[in-house]
Amino acid sequence: MSNNSLKRTWNWIDNRIGFTDYIVPLMVHLVPDNARWWYIFGSATLCAFIVQVVTGIGLAMSYVPGGEDTYESLKYITDVAPLGSLVRGMHYYGASAMVMLAVIHMVQVFMHATYKYPREMNWMSGVVLLFVVLGMAFTGQLLRWDANGVWSVTVAAEMAGRTPYIGPTLAHFMLGGETVGGSTITRFFAMHVFIMPAIIIAGIVLHMLLIMRHGISEMPDVNEPVDPDTYKEAYEERIQKTGVPFWPVAMWRDVLFSTVIVGVIMACSIFLGPPALDPPPNPSSINANPLPDWYFLWYFAVLSLLPPQLETWVILGVPVVGFIVLFFLPLISNKGHRAPSKRPWAGGAVIFISMAFIVLTIYGYKKPWSPDFGVKELPASVVGTDKGPLAEGAKLMHIKGCLYCHDIGGYGGHRGPELTEIGKLLTRDDIIIRINNGGHNMPAFASSMSSVELNLIVDFLLTRGVTPEEDVPKNPTQ
Amino acid sequence: MNNQPPQQSDKPCCQHPRRTFLTRLSIGLSAVIGLVITMPVIGYVLAPIFKKPKEKWRAVGKLEDFKVGGFVLVQYEDPSPVAWAGVTATAGAWLRRVSETEFIAFSINCRHLGCPVRWVDDPKLFMCPCHGGVYYEDGTVAAGPPPEPLQKITVRVRNGQVEVQTIPTPLTLTTLT
Repeated sequence: MSNNSLKRTWNWIDNRIGFTDYIVPLMVHLVPDNARWWYIFGSATLCAFIVQVVTGIGLAMSYVPGGEDTYESLKYITDVAPLGSLVRGMHYYGASAMVMLAVIHMVQVFMHATYKYPREMNWMSGVVLLFVVLGMAFTGQLLRWDANGVWSVTVAAEMAGRTPYIGPTLAHFMLGGETVGGSTITRFFAMHVFIMPAIIIAGIVLHMLLIMRHGISEMPDVNEPVDPDTYKEAYEERIQKTGVPFWPVAMWRDVLFSTVIVGVIMACSIFLGPPALDPPPNPSSINANPLPDWYFLWYFAVLSLLPPQLETWVILGVPVVGFIVLFFLPLISNKGHRAPSKRPWAGGAVIFISMAFIVLTIYGYKKPWSPDFGVKELPASVVGTDKGPLAEGAKLMHIKGCLYCHDIGGYGGHRGPELTEIGKLLTRDDIIIRINNGGHNMPAFASSMSSVELNLIVDFLLTRGVTPEEDVPKNPTQ
Repeated sequence: MNNQPPQQSDKPCCQHPRRTFLTRLSIGLSAVIGLVITMPVIGYVLAPIFKKPKEKWRAVGKLEDFKVGGFVLVQYEDPSPVAWAGVTATAGAWLRRVSETEFIAFSINCRHLGCPVRWVDDPKLFMCPCHGGVYYEDGTVAAGPPPEPLQKITVRVRNGQVEVQTIPTPLTLTTLT
């Protein structure tokens, strides 16, 4: 085909679809010339979403949303299907990337106060998008229909069940019945694959339309606080004078960064692989260790740290208040300074929330509040001997589950106080009372321990932290 | 093709009500279409909330299989399995033969946030791996955050079979205080 006929063909198409009339102006719209590397996160989030759509469609070709077959189909995708492991991995790391980028994008917009006049609804639509993305992340975790998935949905239903008045209704709506089962998986599949993506696509369209309508914001200028009366004219004037076309002058940075993101997603998928599947989703299997994906782990940690009377308030309050505060933020403050140097509280809030997130996430991985079921018996090096009453006492510490919660010389859980030096701190009577009666977060063992067992354990504990000369119990077993 | 603007009606007095009527008609019919499409679907999606599955007795084993002693995990089909549920239609309970004639059973769901509790035989405790909930062998809370005892499940022996009465996944309906 000659150049001329190619051109004629294109003109024929262009005349009918209106590419030059509608799309080109959008692509070359003027953006501030100082909108540089700070502005790459929104488009990268969109790119991560595209990764999710494409890999999600791929997975849906083999994924069976129903009971036992789901697990088998996931195993097929992971172990048998050509490139299946890669596609599943990309979908998993793409989800992490999307959550992370959406949050970074939001933090950047917040720090530069881009949500102020006239872009309030850009922010509000973004907040809705963020929450739906978190919903996608949550439902996606359940679609990995293994033991962890089953127990995650149970925990989520429990949390929903605490809502006043409509709690049980909400929980049963989520489960698709009164128990976790086949209806639950198909319900979550519909939400993850149809409802939420539809909301996200609609939200992205609105978000982009609003960006086109109000223009990309400039970098904050300490000397130019936002004044709704004059902002639009001043912005238009400046953009006409100093603006550059989005494509290709500004867009190359977005494309370059998105390439890096896709590269990282791909590399993680190749080198780390998709997350391993737990045992099959049998709701009667108790050997599960439910743990949410990393972006929800902080919340899991919060729930273990709270006093019980605050728990329900936090379970229900954090998502609702979080959404309301974020959503209405631009209506509370939509003018004035945008520069971070003039908004120390904003910077402080971001630093505080980031630190809290990191600390709670680390705490969540360590799970010090949880009994350590896999704990080993105390070795002779810690006990000091491998026979005699002391060794028996040490063995009983394991048998009776004391070590699930108490650490001795680096062996044991961290739910209760460490007992490495307990012999120095408590008397025989103190220890007996605590074991028999229990106490703060400690069960009473009076009914499940014989006096011989109790004395062996106490004798052993009294040697902890005591130097070898004093090692002989002063009041040996009766 | 007629590019002329539409002719104004000779009777402007009558044109206005006609337009108003057509506007209302199209909005009304659109609403009807919307309702006809969505109502059955909404009802269909919400139906499980209103459908109370009947509690059923499920056999979990022969009487002689259970020795007097600690709790054992029993598995049974949940009360309303869908055809495609497979292994996910399984429910579980901790069952204990207390004496020759007496049985006791608990739901495996922790009353804190529903995680599966494990029976640890020697200290005679149920322990939860999620947030450290602990229960005594009678189901009462021994330690940790659970606000309520473990949910009891009714057990009976019929024709030499031990049967449990199925229950919904127990929700901890802690009210805000």
